[in-house]
Amino acid sequence: MEANGGDSSEIVRELEELKLRKAEIEHRISTLEAKLHETAAVERLDAAVSNGYSSPAAIEHGLDHGLSPDQIYRYSRQLLLPSFGVEAQSNLLKSSVLVIGAGGLGSPALLYLAACGVGRLGIIDHDVVELNNMHRQIIHTEAFIGHPKVKSAASACRSVNSTIKIDEHVEALRTSNALEILSQYDIIVDATDNPPSRYMISDCCVLLGKPLVSGAALGMEGQLTVYNHNGGPCYRCLFPTPPPTSACQRCSDSGVLGVVPGVIGCLQALETIKLASMVGEPLSERMLLFDALSARIRIVKIRGRSSQCTVCGDNSSFDKHQFKNFDYEDFTQFPLFAGSLKLLPKESRISSEEFKEILQKKERHILLDVRPSHHYKIVSLPDSLNIPLANLESRLNELTSVLKEKEDVNAETGPCTSLYVVCRRGNDSQRAVQYLRESGFDSAKDIIGGLEAWAADVNPNFPTY
Amino acid sequence: MQLTLEFGGGLELLCESKKIHKVNVDLPNGADDLTMKHLLAWVRTNVIKERPEMFLKGDTVRPGVLVLVNDCDWELSGQLETTIEEKDVIVFISTLHGG
Ligand SMILES: [Zn+2]
Repeated sequence: MEANGGDSSEIVRELEELKLRKAEIEHRISTLEAKLHETAAVERLDAAVSNGYSSPAAIEHGLDHGLSPDQIYRYSRQLLLPSFGVEAQSNLLKSSVLVIGAGGLGSPALLYLAACGVGRLGIIDHDVVELNNMHRQIIHTEAFIGHPKVKSAASACRSVNSTIKIDEHVEALRTSNALEILSQYDIIVDATDNPPSRYMISDCCVLLGKPLVSGAALGMEGQLTVYNHNGGPCYRCLFPTPPPTSACQRCSDSGVLGVVPGVIGCLQALETIKLASMVGEPLSERMLLFDALSARIRIVKIRGRSSQCTVCGDNSSFDKHQFKNFDYEDFTQFPLFAGSLKLLPKESRISSEEFKEILQKKERHILLDVRPSHHYKIVSLPDSLNIPLANLESRLNELTSVLKEKEDVNAETGPCTSLYVVCRRGNDSQRAVQYLRESGFDSAKDIIGGLEAWAADVNPNFPTY
Repeated sequence: MQLTLEFGGGLELLCESKKIHKVNVDLPNGADDLTMKHLLAWVRTNVIKERPEMFLKGDTVRPGVLVLVNDCDWELSGQLETTIEEKDVIVFISTLHGG
């Protein structure tokens, strides 16, 4: 070993490289094994033919459903199902499905869709695999930490089924590329985690006339329905007005038990398989509500398509041009990607490095942390004041008195006390600053990127979660 | 009138994290029957313990809340005008976005 003692980051890097290479080699092995199996099956058939058990013509005609011998063997347990059978399998093999998001919902959905034999499977996600995803995003393995989720998910799907086509879209879905990408698929699966994506995907499906299998999960609960199918409602028919941002939580902010999105993701795969193979009754105009803690599943009847809907309604003028120019983040007041919200002008914000200088120069200030108190208990910056965003309005007097105390102590010196606001990633801090400035706290500024930026750019030892 | 109220999708946090509430609601003075409009006001006063703005907006539920009367979207039964009967189950559920 030539490794210089103590240089652990070098070792970690090499380990990661080796793990990735191992995953690639394993994938190559499974591809070759599948090929070998297929070749062997054909050879067995050829042998049977030359032995006079069957004529070549009979074989060709016997397989007019389009399934190859390997496919018959691979999918035999589905072919044996009287309610599914060779016709449904053949439909499935001809279908194409796009799964948007390779996270908690997308993980099981993708694995089942790959395994069951969807002909072409698209995966789109802009994110990379992180350790704190892995409790629920079961498609990913440790070897792919730090690598694009799409690469990881595609590799896992190929190792399950190397005979289907898998499209990798390593990019964020935006209004600029959504029409072009979604138009390449028969069925769309919404496995995203935020309101603007959900509105954008539903609107796009209406414009393109694609059915949308929509799942959501948070904490201990999940929801599932099929939108825009066979005259059924779209997402906007149900939710014409976006909810307040305080009612929009991400799993990465509020927590989720890993298996809960797993259950919903499996059900999304099931609904997709039903649509693609044209069997059963899709969950359209109905919604499944899953409560994990009380072990209850309730299926409720929901409204049909609304003639008043601004997108799919009778008098809707919503077209592709409007879609491309629609600002979904502004509409929902919620960022498409964690940390991307831009509510404030530049002069109302400072970077984490700038805040470090303020600390070093001992400039007079108050640091307000607006995260929920249970987050604050996990880790916080020293000398900060915690007032969660949800309580800011009712506890504004606390902030006023703390500011006043500082002013009194320092009555004779220097400029007035500045107020800095921090949160986990820099979204809530912007909402807080916007509110504080409206309430007369003119010096309020937010720390861009929150504690995550602090950990990334100032103090790498600061714990992230 | 005996009713079962259920809160989900995070709305239970507004009523002391209790999801299922068996309640007894009296007919409002002079009214012949109980409508969802009455019931919402009653829930606001008797069940919701904090942040009522996360439940109601104006005289109806806030955007993003589905109301189900006996497992059926209240849009199909007349929304605020829906008549509630003995032993009905009314579910209030906030839509989820996570994944
Ligand atoms: Zn609609």
